[in-house]
Amino acid sequence: MGSLFENMQAVPLNHYIWFCALIFTIGVIGVLVRRNAIIIFMSVELMLNAVNLLLAAFSVHHNDPSGQVFVFFIMALAAAEVAVGLSIIVMVYRNTQSVDINVLNRLKW
Amino acid sequence: MGTSVFYFVATLSVICALMVVFAKNPIHSVLYLILTFFTFTVHYVLLNAQFLAVVNFIVYMGAIMVLFLFVLMLLNLNKESEPNKSVFLKIIGVIAGGCLAVTLIGSLKSVAITSPLVLKNPSLGLVESLGKELFGPFMLPFELSSLLLLSAMVGAVLLTKREEKTNG
Repeated sequence: MGSLFENMQAVPLNHYIWFCALIFTIGVIGVLVRRNAIIIFMSVELMLNAVNLLLAAFSVHHNDPSGQVFVFFIMALAAAEVAVGLSIIVMVYRNTQSVDINVLNRLKW
Repeated sequence: MGTSVFYFVATLSVICALMVVFAKNPIHSVLYLILTFFTFTVHYVLLNAQFLAVVNFIVYMGAIMVLFLFVLMLLNLNKESEPNKSVFLKIIGVIAGGCLAVTLIGSLKSVAITSPLVLKNPSLGLVESLGKELFGPFMLPFELSSLLLLSAMVGAVLLTKREEKTNG
């Protein structure tokens, strides 16, 4: 493991930032483009993961374990969020027989 | 091998994330998302954050993705039943996302840190240092997160239970 990291030390922090921005953007595009509520939810998970990886990278950069503790808390939060969100989706499906978010457009007004 | 591992895995996760968004079948989307999370686990290992790698593996790939698959199978959505948005709206969405990407990368370019990522303390991401941090200064948030998980559990049970009562 240590030798593996020795080889990794030349990756600039820049590239981590760009990579995470790219993944975050893909998540945003997923939320904008898709209409299936479950896939929108999965795109939100993608965004959370991008932020997690960036927090871990900055934690290594600043030599501070607090960043990784925050990632741990975000993971606990994501687990809770998924449980509640999926149960809401199941309930919506029972009421409307669909997971299409456009069926729920009455929530706009 | 140098830094090529990072770039290879990063390319792989970008491709898998794109497939999550653009795959037609929801089941394929979930499977690609599992692959994406696996590449993120590899990223954590490359950062020597071993605790996070294991937690990511267990919580995301084990618990969360099983939950997604379970709900997809339960609702019988494993057919390509999604009503399509118009192509115009899709193009608008992709353009908006591209604008966000350009803005993010352009604005972060000015504060760019080009120095390579150096691990000063090799035991930074191990369970020992994280445990000392978690049970020291972060004791209260740690206990509160257990409360959050409990309330989420109660909420999930309540949300799905109440519907059954009104139906039956």
